[in-house]
Amino acid sequence: MDANSFWATPGGWTLITVAQIMAVVLPLLVALAFFMLADRKIWAGVQMRKGPNVVGPFGLLQSFADLIKFVLKEIVIPDGADKFVFLLAPVLTFVLALVGWAVIPFAPGWVVSDINVGVLYLFAISSLGVYGIIMGGWASNSKYPFLGSLRSAAQMVSYEVSIGFVIVTVILLAGTMNLQAIVEQQAGGFWNWNVFGGGLHNLPMALVMIPMAVIFFISSLAETNRPPFDLPEAESELVAGYQVEYSSSPFLLFMIGELVNIVLMCALISVMFFGGWQAPIDLPFVHDWPPTVQSFYGLMWFVLKVCFFFFLFGIVKAIVPRYRYDQLMRLGWKVFLPTSMAAVAILAAWRVFGPAGA
Amino acid sequence: MALAIAFYLLAAVTVGAGFGVVSSRNPVHSVLFLILSFFSAAGLFVTMGAEFLAMLLVVVYVGAVAVLFLFVVMMLDVDFAALRQGFARYMPVGGLVAGVLAVEMIVIATAAATGGVHKADSPQLHPELPNIETIGHVLYTDYVYFFQAAGLVLLVAMIGAIVLTLRHKPGVRRQSIVDQVARTPKSGMRVVQIKPGQGIEQ
Repeated sequence: MDANSFWATPGGWTLITVAQIMAVVLPLLVALAFFMLADRKIWAGVQMRKGPNVVGPFGLLQSFADLIKFVLKEIVIPDGADKFVFLLAPVLTFVLALVGWAVIPFAPGWVVSDINVGVLYLFAISSLGVYGIIMGGWASNSKYPFLGSLRSAAQMVSYEVSIGFVIVTVILLAGTMNLQAIVEQQAGGFWNWNVFGGGLHNLPMALVMIPMAVIFFISSLAETNRPPFDLPEAESELVAGYQVEYSSSPFLLFMIGELVNIVLMCALISVMFFGGWQAPIDLPFVHDWPPTVQSFYGLMWFVLKVCFFFFLFGIVKAIVPRYRYDQLMRLGWKVFLPTSMAAVAILAAWRVFGPAGA
Repeated sequence: MALAIAFYLLAAVTVGAGFGVVSSRNPVHSVLFLILSFFSAAGLFVTMGAEFLAMLLVVVYVGAVAVLFLFVVMMLDVDFAALRQGFARYMPVGGLVAGVLAVEMIVIATAAATGGVHKADSPQLHPELPNIETIGHVLYTDYVYFFQAAGLVLLVAMIGAIVLTLRHKPGVRRQSIVDQVARTPKSGMRVVQIKPGQGIEQ
């Protein structure tokens, strides 16, 4: 781009960035409506029900009907609630869920913000997600929401530790924190994906990285409060946890925020372990296509991978019973934390003393 | 220009939030202001090109430390009336401390700005590397012993906290996950043939 053009001035840069953000957020929110429907359909399928099938063909418009219903209902704010914090909490959840997408590479060159600390940025944003829940639970000024938010705080802080160590293993393999660079390193075929050690010379490390991918998947279930770790909203014990007092649009914001976080985690798993937008087998004729077509080809693989992991999230919700609280803590601190720390040590040793060592 | 706007905005929010921390009546609001102030301080780091430190500030202070702050403050039942009673009595001491701090900061700032202070010579080891790698090089080569010693101090603190709070209560039935998983129908179940009208003998 010409350095003197309008697009290089602060005003032009702002316009371009806003357009890019819209290009990510709007399709994401529309896709979300169908992700939500898919979630319910998977859940229904496992239980041999039909799921939503009335609004639109196959129930495709169900989420939009729900949206209209949520928005048109009355917002009820409890009498003893801290009004400002009560309304801030769902907005915070929603915004934090969306800002994480700024660094996700969708296709070759398609990323809103290509920063050097992309992985850390995502980690930081996901660790902020807990505030929406804590603030909502506290501001409701009621027992069950408060209990739910306390559980959530302890749960998310615990699982962030192991998520952090798993991320370190990926950074050790890739040698960079830039997500676009991490994806580019996994080019060439599925054997170069980080889950298999990132290249044939690292193949023994697949023994470490496959368990790491599994740990990351399970920890992201806990981080997003998905079943079987949905203790903050356990309906049998806490009614609906931190969401009890919420209604109408604020509740909708909580729900969308939670779902966006889930899809973000699916995207992160596919970027860090499963090659992001790289095709599983590198077809030579693809390189002859025009760059734009190649980008859409990459986007297709990325979306397919995200859908696959979302399907896993949905299946887990349908078939795994909820954990008890002490079991959740035991799994996080006594199983995942030592395993991931050992993996970091093994990988660091491999990087230094292994065949590709420094 | 954009950088100046960003700096003044972030700095104003940081200072304003810091004022909110000490002036709110509700301790939970104080912690929320503290979080806002941490977050905008992280933004200030980004404007100075230290994006790694900014992210660490958010991950460690906002994502972990402040969550625990909030956790504790929410659980406490603080009596605000009692807290406010001593305000007039502690005012002179508090004012003195604040005044000393302000004078110290002004003296340091003027000394540094006018070149009176010998600035720590910062070795530009690898000017071409991003700051993550530079920090890594400096921490693990020049200052590796201090770095390890700091880690050791934290480890001791952690062990100390665990030793202080760990209680072994006798007579508590604990769950053994290994035993539960290893259970088979043979070891967990007994099939008894019951004759009608007789019941089971234990």
